Amino acid sequence: MLRFAIGRLLQAIPVLLIVISVTFLLVHSAPGGPFSADKAVPPEVIKALEAQYNLDQPLWQQYLSYLGDVIQGDFGPSFKYSGRTVNELIAAGLPITAELGLYALLIALIIGITAGVMAAIRPNTLQDYIPMSGAMLGICMPSFLLGPLLVLVFGIYLDWLPVSGWGDIPGDKILPSITLGAAYAAYIARLSRGGMLEVLSQDYIRTARAKGLSEPLIIVKHALRGGLIPVVAFLGPAFAGLLGGSFVVETIFQIPGLGRFYVQAAFNRDYTMILGMTVFFATLIILFNLLSDMLAIWLNPKLRQQSRGDS
Amino acid sequence: MAANAPTSTQVSAIPEQGTSLWQDAWIKLRKNRLALYGLAILVLLCLVSLATPWIAPYGYEEQNLGLGATAPSLQHWLGTDIFGRDMLTRIMYGGRVSLAVGFIATAVALVIGVLWGAIAGFTGGRVDALMMRIVDILYALPFMIFIVLLMVIFGRNIFLLFFAIGAVEWLTMARIVRSQVMSLRKQEFVEAAHSLGLSQWTIIRRHIIPNTLGPVIVYTTLTIPSVMLLEAFLSFLGLGIQPPQSSWGLLINYGVETMEEYPWLLIFPGIALSLTLFALNFLGDGLRDALDPRTSKD
Amino acid sequence: MALLEVNRLKVYFQTRNGLVKAVDDVSFSVDAGETLAIVGESGSGKSVTCYSLLDLLPKPPAVIEGGTALFDGEDLLTCSTPRMRQLRGNDIAVIFQDPMTSLNPFISIGEQLIEPLIYHPDKTRIQGRKQARLRAIELLDEVGIIDPVARFDCYPHEFSGGMRQRVMIAMALINEPRLLICDEPTTALDVTIQAQILELIKKLQQTRDVAVIFISHDLGVVAGIADKVLVMCDGTIREAGDTESIFYNSQNDYTKKLLAAIPEGAKVLTNRSEPDKPLVEVRDLKTYFSDYSKAAASGGKKYIKAVDGVSLDIRRGEILGLVGESGSGKSTLGRSILQLAPTSFGTVTFDGTLLDDLNPKQTVPWRRRMQMIFQDPYASLNPRMTVYQTLSEPLLYHGLADSKSIDQQVRQLMDDVGLAYGQMRKYPHEFSGGQRQRIAIGRAIATKPELIIADEPVSALDVTIQAQILDLILDLVERHNLTMLFISHDLSVVRYISDRVMVMNKGVIIESGDTETLWANPQQEYTQRLLKAIPLADPRLERRRIASL
Repeated sequence: MLRFAIGRLLQAIPVLLIVISVTFLLVHSAPGGPFSADKAVPPEVIKALEAQYNLDQPLWQQYLSYLGDVIQGDFGPSFKYSGRTVNELIAAGLPITAELGLYALLIALIIGITAGVMAAIRPNTLQDYIPMSGAMLGICMPSFLLGPLLVLVFGIYLDWLPVSGWGDIPGDKILPSITLGAAYAAYIARLSRGGMLEVLSQDYIRTARAKGLSEPLIIVKHALRGGLIPVVAFLGPAFAGLLGGSFVVETIFQIPGLGRFYVQAAFNRDYTMILGMTVFFATLIILFNLLSDMLAIWLNPKLRQQSRGDS
Repeated sequence: MAANAPTSTQVSAIPEQGTSLWQDAWIKLRKNRLALYGLAILVLLCLVSLATPWIAPYGYEEQNLGLGATAPSLQHWLGTDIFGRDMLTRIMYGGRVSLAVGFIATAVALVIGVLWGAIAGFTGGRVDALMMRIVDILYALPFMIFIVLLMVIFGRNIFLLFFAIGAVEWLTMARIVRSQVMSLRKQEFVEAAHSLGLSQWTIIRRHIIPNTLGPVIVYTTLTIPSVMLLEAFLSFLGLGIQPPQSSWGLLINYGVETMEEYPWLLIFPGIALSLTLFALNFLGDGLRDALDPRTSKD
Repeated sequence: MALLEVNRLKVYFQTRNGLVKAVDDVSFSVDAGETLAIVGESGSGKSVTCYSLLDLLPKPPAVIEGGTALFDGEDLLTCSTPRMRQLRGNDIAVIFQDPMTSLNPFISIGEQLIEPLIYHPDKTRIQGRKQARLRAIELLDEVGIIDPVARFDCYPHEFSGGMRQRVMIAMALINEPRLLICDEPTTALDVTIQAQILELIKKLQQTRDVAVIFISHDLGVVAGIADKVLVMCDGTIREAGDTESIFYNSQNDYTKKLLAAIPEGAKVLTNRSEPDKPLVEVRDLKTYFSDYSKAAASGGKKYIKAVDGVSLDIRRGEILGLVGESGSGKSTLGRSILQLAPTSFGTVTFDGTLLDDLNPKQTVPWRRRMQMIFQDPYASLNPRMTVYQTLSEPLLYHGLADSKSIDQQVRQLMDDVGLAYGQMRKYPHEFSGGQRQRIAIGRAIATKPELIIADEPVSALDVTIQAQILDLILDLVERHNLTMLFISHDLSVVRYISDRVMVMNKGVIIESGDTETLWANPQQEYTQRLLKAIPLADPRLERRRIASL
């Protein structure tokens, strides 16, 4: 398992290099420099600024020095927030986004798996139709629609919950977490229903019944592990999706997290910020893909043993 | 000869027509009411979108600043926005863009994915390993972020959007097609075709393609809503479709800004988008059930 | 009173096409220490009967329409769910057909084994893990698992099919049930393993005095193990009685048909082969597949040597039988001869021409002259092509028919294989397994080939259908003057159909000769074991055979 993890981590290095290179090239091939928006700035000031940010060097030199900095974990200064580094901004936004993501993921897993398993136990009954209709609603109601609607209903008409901020007023974390987690709860519900239905039709479930095991024990001990493998495999993509979703949710609820910084950086053409955050997000996503792959392998004894001998 | 006895006695002059798997699937789909509603809504939406320039009640850019935002009325069924523009008209035009992005980007994904997956599946061996490795690596990339990046750098260009979204969505299609081709290649009827000496192309045309079509159709149907969602997501962030063009995502974005005062500006585009997504997802689910060979036996 | 008394059991299934009477008015009884065999072809309702006793059928679609099943005086069909749980695995245990899918791949076999003890529905009988483990290890030892202490923590995928079935048996016996239901427990196993498992079941039954219901389609197996036999067809009992009266003095037409369908004895038709004229010459053929999983483990390249140096001649006009157990490489050999599997070394010569040297285009005319019949009639036909399309494809492709004569030729083919012409616009899923195999045979003979390689063509079929298809094959070989390589794991079938036999094991041919000579006097120890393991559909002979082992 350890060797497998190391192997996959080693494979991740070229992928990350590609990400850094492509992002770097894209950013630097952008029409118009980072300071071209501010037309009032005299040319000599731009010159000075470019010198400050090493933009007067040849591209390959900039690339190499950037690469060197990134390897040391230094994403450089922000173009727009003078005096602040990308690292500082990430450090400020990360805890908030991580907390939001964690709540959303917990909501998604708990509601999704419960609904999916309930539906799979009694397929084609109300116990199946009701949660699955809910799941369909979750999939067809994107976060940028669900969020405003929740705000409208619970924040404005009913006035039960605060509609913006994070950790300022009690209860202000509820709506964003639900908004972000809802779609993933829906996906997970559908995946776990499908996975459970597949497993519950297997011969070994019949064996377990023939042994006289109780139905809850069969579900929990014999079916759940196999049935949830699709969900585990989905965790990697789900994580990437949650990161993307945080752009929207943090914008709607005005949460000072990474997602909002990223969108702002995109609008401000804050190139070092975009570059740094893209590399940072990519690393996170690759890491989470690795974790979800490893979890899926660990759950399957056959693959677990193969990976023990694997390079 | 005993072996000939049981069946050849009942020789009839006119051959009975069999039911092909396609007909069988259609029969099953017809029984699935939700899928049929989905199909009907979809057809209606497509027709309305095509005919929008002729049937829209008002002009797309027709403003009535004096009128301002009004609630739904007989003159304006879905109300007007703050510039006094008719919402029904705006939603109809927005739907054209949203649907077009959905269909065109899916078509891009379909072409790339099917070709890539089919070539990998057929060639096998090292070429296959290499091609699938590339897919694996691309899978690990944060594409959502890349699209944002592209839109920021190259401006909000609708063709770039088609390309960017299509470039993301082809990966799964390639995997599905490849695994289909791989499993079909091992099927005995394909082996039988080889042993008959049929050429590679004949085998592909007559034996492989008809049998891969089912999953491809299902996945295509399910890709359209996810593409539309991605477009709406980007447009909502202000990184997708650019005014004066409009899409449902963009309309929702405008709606959010004024939802406290004029909630219909949010709700109607929201309903339009959700309804379309529902229709496509129900149709996709229905097609999956209908085309699944496992459900065809009982 | 008998231990189990089933009375007028009716089980129906609600399907899209209406109600299906899967079990209709079935009555029987079993005593302690007794073995009742339920015999029938697929769809006869034999498994449904037994599953309904333990409430293991999915409901819906299954509905118990009526009847009683008194187990020790208690009706199984009406007892409560908690009571049923107490009976399952405790008083009544089941051994299922496929040991590959009947064990949970995610849980170690030891854990699965002790579950009936540690989660016993009767609270007073729950055992601790330690105690349960000891009991399980003891039982694993008894069913013949070597080194049970170490194997206790292994997962199912680390066991072979036969070993898994032993684990299943241990699991069924762990609570000392009074009734054991065996649902085709040896069907998925090789013949030598089958013999071991049957012997084990028999021994365990005798030491424990349990009642056994043994479900099987194989009359040979039943002859050796059953005290009483129940013959089922289409959900009803056709005949019931003690084993000898069923086998020697059957009163029922269906039973007689079943018994007559068993391939027995030597080939009756004359040997048409021309010994000095080989149609196919295979020299030192080797087919290796790279094994990626092992290659990754050791760093080097590893091969699975499916065929490892085979030389043989197929004589014009003969039916050459190729027998071997699963994994012996017999199918790969057949495909290698037809150039469908890539050969690594060696040569294949067909009618004087070296096939290995030809490029794909050049092989086309040769392909017309050699054809293949596959095992699985469900997988060997393109599901999206009608019979007409399937049969006309080879004719048109090889230019053997034009648009005018094609109808007539397809008609002729369908007639040849015993299919009604009126069915030519139908699709494979609208036919039964036997009919599909007829279509596949029709496709193979369409190009008027000289050589046909038949890979287990009757293994997936019921015994009565199997007999029809075997007769069809014999008839076609005779009429079209075909040469055939007949690959099978079923020794009785091979003996019934072949002029000459080759025995394959681990990628090499270990013995060959004229069928009857080889049967009478096998030289190799492996062949002897193989031949001795064949169950005979004759109770007295079968008991004598088992006693002689």
